[in-house]
Amino acid sequence: MSLLTVSSSPHIRAARNTQGIMLDVIIALLPAAVAGVIIFGLNALFIILTCVISAVLSEFIFDKVVKKRNTITDLSAVVTGLLLALNLSSNVPLWQAAVGSCFAIVVVKCLFGGIGQNFANPAITARIFMLISFTDMAQSAFPTIVDSVATATPLSIASGVSEGSLPSLLDMLLGLRGGCIGETSTLALLIGGAYLLIRRVIYWHTPVAFIGTVFVCSFIFYGDFTATLYQIMAGGLMIGAFFMATDYATTPVSKLGKLVFGIGCGLITCLIRFWGSYPEGVSYAILLMNILTPYIEKLTAKKPFGGVKA
Amino acid sequence: MPLFSLPGVHVPHRKNTSDMAAVKEFMPKSVLIPTAMHIGKPASVCVKPNQEVKVGELIAAADGFVSSNIYSSVSGKVKKIDSVLLSNGSYVPGVLIESDRLMTPYEGITPPEITDYKSFIDALSKSGIVGLGGAGFPTQVKLSVKDLSLIEEIIINGAECEPYITSDTRTMIDDADKIKDGIELLKKYLLAKKVTIGIENNKPQAIKKMVETFKDDTAVNVKALPSLYPQGGEKVLIYNITGKVVPEGKLPIDVGVIVINCTTVAAIADFVKTGMPLVSKCVTVDGSAVKEPKNVIAPIGSSISELIEFAGGFKEEPGKVLYGGPMMGIAVPSLDSPVLKNTNAIIALNKKDSVTPEPTECIRCGMCVNNCPFNLQPVKIAAAYNNKDGAELKDLKVNLCMECGCCSYVCPARRPLVQTNRLGKGYLREFLAMEAKKAQEEKA
Repeated sequence: MSLLTVSSSPHIRAARNTQGIMLDVIIALLPAAVAGVIIFGLNALFIILTCVISAVLSEFIFDKVVKKRNTITDLSAVVTGLLLALNLSSNVPLWQAAVGSCFAIVVVKCLFGGIGQNFANPAITARIFMLISFTDMAQSAFPTIVDSVATATPLSIASGVSEGSLPSLLDMLLGLRGGCIGETSTLALLIGGAYLLIRRVIYWHTPVAFIGTVFVCSFIFYGDFTATLYQIMAGGLMIGAFFMATDYATTPVSKLGKLVFGIGCGLITCLIRFWGSYPEGVSYAILLMNILTPYIEKLTAKKPFGGVKA
Repeated sequence: MPLFSLPGVHVPHRKNTSDMAAVKEFMPKSVLIPTAMHIGKPASVCVKPNQEVKVGELIAAADGFVSSNIYSSVSGKVKKIDSVLLSNGSYVPGVLIESDRLMTPYEGITPPEITDYKSFIDALSKSGIVGLGGAGFPTQVKLSVKDLSLIEEIIINGAECEPYITSDTRTMIDDADKIKDGIELLKKYLLAKKVTIGIENNKPQAIKKMVETFKDDTAVNVKALPSLYPQGGEKVLIYNITGKVVPEGKLPIDVGVIVINCTTVAAIADFVKTGMPLVSKCVTVDGSAVKEPKNVIAPIGSSISELIEFAGGFKEEPGKVLYGGPMMGIAVPSLDSPVLKNTNAIIALNKKDSVTPEPTECIRCGMCVNNCPFNLQPVKIAAAYNNKDGAELKDLKVNLCMECGCCSYVCPARRPLVQTNRLGKGYLREFLAMEAKKAQEEKA
């Protein structure tokens, strides 16, 4: 008779672990990735692969160098690489994609302590880093599967930065418009977002608050339903609201906090879109709200049940 | 009824034994009865080695009011007064009795004379009955109320929210008449005007039986509750049934409620009718290592190994054996450990189910926070404990944690959050004692 294990309760655990959650996020991103490759061509696929490999390799080497337990099996590096790739334009040189992905993992994530410890979203911060560093980033790519004569993204047209005609609403829904690899297909992103909600990986509070705020503000600004719909489907709003503003490490934990975070993101996005010098503001909005997260969390913490103030 | 029920987690039910009425034929060769099976002071042994004892004979007397009498659960001979290792790590005296397998009842047993509230409580203090849901709080203490008019509602806890356990379910089905008698006693002597029986909705048979039993009694309501763990937690049950919040440091009676487990109610009725004190307990024997899961009426003090042998023995080598369910149950160090008064289940898990998962880094998913029934923040409590930050632990109200285990259960990084909550509670107590001492010194 061997000895019995004595350990602290509980003695059963829910099935899902960190790896399972990350796998769910990857599955949820697949429709957008596939849509991106179909719309923007094979180059999009190479960028996705480059980013993912670069991210995983960076984390592997970093953990080796600093002698930490290797964390690549939790798949979070894959998620970061994939998210970054989907936020890049398909004409970005592969070496730049690799550098950006390495920056996301090493500088933004690992140097702050690795998974769960970073205060800023790695994919977003890396994207902004690339926007500032590489001029190629500013040039949007356009669909290769249709005869596209467009030379500007819907947002730059809507904001008057560029001239041209807006794609149809159906094209917007399917993603047949200029933009980043994974951000154009609203339909694919909604399918992915719905999957995350059904699997309870994310709460509805963030995307509803974020998209809802942009919707309301745009409607007030334009006073027109169609123009508002363009605002909702254009730029990086969908991918941002479902996949980046719901990042665990960099957003508030409580449901109320998530609502506040989402509304804040929506307001900043609209400020930048309507009056800023950039046509798009989702990335900056999320990054700014990331910085406010500790304060939001502190202010929105739920009162302990039955707790009495000392 | 509150607008929203408290958060919780969906745990697997695994109520494999809910159709199995308790088997009464189990007769252990010997019993080892510890003197501490309740909250409060251990009882003091009043028998000597080689003394003959019978079923229901006093072997250890309550030491003070918050304590409990302990009676022999078999007839036979006291072998020795032994030292028993309790699950909290301390040793207490225990009485080892060799059974003569006759189960002769003690001659001195007569139904207690009860005329009013005071004599009811006096009788209970000689019943050996403690909270049988698991807490083990002496029942006479729980039912002692300064002013009976404070009691607005009595809640009978039949939630039984832990996986595997069905002993309360079987009591409600098989001993419905006893629960009825018990509730009559509570109505008569505690002047309870309203009684609510709360049962999780995964026990339709028990709900049906209770509804049938009380269909003519307008003062008794049966309430089916969602199967959301920890539905049977006292404060959770009170909130989900009445909408009342028991404030920090207060008791249910402070909001006009008394919660009592359904098996405890049946035990009270049994004792008042026959005078036989608490000597046996319905125990669910189940788990992945047990061959024939069943409900067994086990004499208190029976060894776990004999009880499992009675349930067909092990089908696989056990890795972990629990008092109670897998969410809050306590792992026993040895199969020689005895069945206690408040043992409602013995769960034996196979080697595979006994592996403690390796924790990985926290990913700040917030599941521990969003699934805590009491809105606590286990992730922050763990950080505060690791930083030995007493003031922060106080602010985070770690003292409210009931250790239900939801946070650890859902944590995808497998972090031992209940454990850090417990350590945090202990550290906070030390911290507050230090602060009080400091304040006193400054005054002096």
